[in-house]
Amino acid sequence: MLWILLLTPFAAGLASMAMKSGRARRFLLVCVPCFHFVCSILILASESGLSTNRWLGADELSLLFLLSTSAIFTVSSFALNLFLREHENPEKGAGRFSHEAFFAGCVLLLLGTTTLAILSLHTGVFWMALEATTLASAPLISYQRSSRSLEAAWKYLLICSVGIAIALVGNTALAVSTAFDAATQSTPLTFHALAERADLLHPVWLKIAFAFILVGYGTKMGLAPMHTWLPDAYSESPSPISALLSGTLVNCAFLGILRTNTIMLQAGVGEYSGGLLLTFGLLSLFMSGWFILQQGDFKRLLGYSSVEHMGILAMAVGAGGGFGVLFHSLNHSLTKGLLFLVAGNILSLYRTKSTKSVTGILRVSPVTGLLWLAGFCAISGLPPFGIFVSKFSIMLAIGSQARWGILGLFLLALGIIFVGMWRIVIHMTFGAPPESHSFVETRIRPGIQDIAPIILCSLALLLGLWLPPPLARLIERAAVIMIGGA
Amino acid sequence: MTDHFFVALLLLVNLRLFASSRMGSLIRGAAAQSFLTVCLSALLRDGGITAESWIFLIVSGLVKCLVLPLLMFRALRTVGIRRDIEPFVGYRVSLFLGLGAAAFSFWGVVQLPLPGGGVNPTAIAAALLSMITGLFLIVARRKAISQAIGYLVMENGIFGLAPSLAVHSPLIVEAGVLLDVFVGVFVMSVIILHIRQEFKHIDIDRLSELKD
Repeated sequence: MLWILLLTPFAAGLASMAMKSGRARRFLLVCVPCFHFVCSILILASESGLSTNRWLGADELSLLFLLSTSAIFTVSSFALNLFLREHENPEKGAGRFSHEAFFAGCVLLLLGTTTLAILSLHTGVFWMALEATTLASAPLISYQRSSRSLEAAWKYLLICSVGIAIALVGNTALAVSTAFDAATQSTPLTFHALAERADLLHPVWLKIAFAFILVGYGTKMGLAPMHTWLPDAYSESPSPISALLSGTLVNCAFLGILRTNTIMLQAGVGEYSGGLLLTFGLLSLFMSGWFILQQGDFKRLLGYSSVEHMGILAMAVGAGGGFGVLFHSLNHSLTKGLLFLVAGNILSLYRTKSTKSVTGILRVSPVTGLLWLAGFCAISGLPPFGIFVSKFSIMLAIGSQARWGILGLFLLALGIIFVGMWRIVIHMTFGAPPESHSFVETRIRPGIQDIAPIILCSLALLLGLWLPPPLARLIERAAVIMIGGA
Repeated sequence: MTDHFFVALLLLVNLRLFASSRMGSLIRGAAAQSFLTVCLSALLRDGGITAESWIFLIVSGLVKCLVLPLLMFRALRTVGIRRDIEPFVGYRVSLFLGLGAAAFSFWGVVQLPLPGGGVNPTAIAAALLSMITGLFLIVARRKAISQAIGYLVMENGIFGLAPSLAVHSPLIVEAGVLLDVFVGVFVMSVIILHIRQEFKHIDIDRLSELKD
C-alpha cells in the first residue's frame, strides 16, 4: 500500500510531462491527489504496514503529516486546475513537454517527493527526499517567467539547496556519533534505531549534528534568520503553489527537525536542543513581527505569517509541547492554504498585490471578503477556529513549566503581529472599492474558484469546534512518539 | 602516504578556487576538486570496497568531473561571460581568507573528539576547507554561475567528509545524494539561462526587486 502511495505520483508526474492532451493532463492533476488522499485514509484506517524498522515506513507521526499533506494537495489541485485553465497559452499550446506539461509534472513529482520525505525513516533517505522536494518545486515558482518570479526561484533554489546541504553534514555527524561505542557501531541510521540507543551515542557529536540539522532543515522550514527566501518565493509563485509550499513543504522540513529532536531527548541532551529551538523560534516570531508591521504586499504578509508560525512550532517543541505542536502544524497548513487561495482570488480581481490599492473587498466580492476575514481570524488565533485551540494548548504547556519569561515574550510577539496584520486586513476588506476600476468586474455571486477555499475554511473551523476522536487519538499517539515514548 | 599527497593537492586546488577570477578556471578547479575527492574517498575505503561501490565511485566521478563541468561550460558559453569582475570580496583578500580558512579547518579538526579506526584527520580538514570554499564562493562572488559552482564545491566537501570520518552510508543513499546534486546543478543552470534571457545579465546584486 505504501508503495502504491509512493510510486503513483512519480509515475503520473513523468507521464503528464509526456502527455499530449492538456485536458487529460489537468484531469490527472486532480485525480492523482484525490487517489493519494483515499490511499492515505485507507492506510490510516487499516493501520497496516505500520512498521518502523525499515527505511520506508510509517508511524503515527508520519501518518498525521501524510494526512495533512494529502488533504492540502487534494484541495489545491482543484485550484491548480482552474489556474491552468485561466492561464492557458493558445500560441505555445500545451502539448508534449510544453511549459504547462512540465508545470503539471512538477506538481505531481512534488507530491511524490513530499510523500517520500514523510515516509522515510532513514536519515539519509529523508535528506535525499527533502532536497528532491526543493528541486521539484523550484520550476513551479518561476512558472510565470517574470523577472520577479525568476529572482524568487533562484533565491529559493540556492538558499534551500545550501541549507539542506548543511543538514547533510549533520547526518554525517549523527553517523559519527555511533562510532564510539562498540554496541552502537552497526546501528542502522534510522531515526527510530538511533533514538532507541541514544544513550550510547557520543553527546558532543550529537550536539554538532543537531546544530547542523536545525540550521539546514530550518532553512527549508523558514526559521529566521534563514527565512529570506520564503516571502519572495511565496509572493511570486502562483497562489495555489504558494498554498502547497506553505501547507506541505515546510511541514516536511519540520518533521525532520522533530525526529532529530526525539533522538536528542532520548540521549539526554534535550536541554541543549530545546534551547536552540527556543532561540530560533523566538527570533522568527520577532523578525516576522517587525516585517509584518511595515508590509505593503499581501502575499508577502502571508509569507511572514508563515515565518511566525514556524517560529511558534519551533518554540513549542523547544518548550516541550506535544499535542499542541502537532495540532498547530495541522491547523496552520489548512489555514495558510485557505489564505493563499483567497489571496490568489483577490489578485485576479484587483491585479495588484499592494495592500494600499486593495480596498473594499467585501463590496467587490462578498464571498472572497468573508473568506479573507475568516482566514485572518483563524490565523491570528481567534476563538472558533482550530489555531485558537492549538495556540492555547502550547501556552498551557509553556505555562505549566513556569517559564514565564518565554511566555511573556511569546505573547508580546503575538500581540505585535496581531496589530500589524489587522491594520492591513481591515484596510483591505472594508471601505469603498478603489475609484479607478483597475479590476475587471465586481463578483457578487460566489464562483467556482471559491469552492476550494470554502472547503479549507470549514475544515479549519471544524477542527476548532470538534476534533474527531480518531484524529485526536492519532495526534496523541504521534505526540508520544515525538517525545520519545514507544 | 598517497592519501597525504591527495590531501595536499586538494588544499592547493581549494586555494586556487579562492583566487581565480576567470570562470573557466573556476569550473576546471571544481572539476579537479571533484576528481581528487572521489580518488580520496576510494583510497580511504581500504579493504571493504565492493564491486558496487567501485561502480558508484566511477559514476560519481564521471558525473562530477565530466558531465556537470561540461554543462556549466555550455551555460557559460550561452551566457557569454569570461570573468567575475568586481566580486564582493577582492581576489587578493580572498586568497588570504582562503589561507585563514585552511588554518581554521586544521584547528577545528584538532578540537573535535574523533572516534578511533579508519579516521583520517588531514582528509577531514581538507573536506572542511572544501565546504568553506564553496560557501565563500556563494557569498563573495557576483555572478549566478559562480554561486552554482560554489554549491558544487561545497557538496564535494560534504561528499568527502563522510569517508574521511569512516562513515559509509548505504549505496542507495549515496546514489540518491548524487542524483540530487546532479539535478540541482542542472536546474540551476536552466534558471541561470532564463535569468539571462529576462535580465540580460546574471549579476546577483542586481537581482534586487524583491525586498522589504
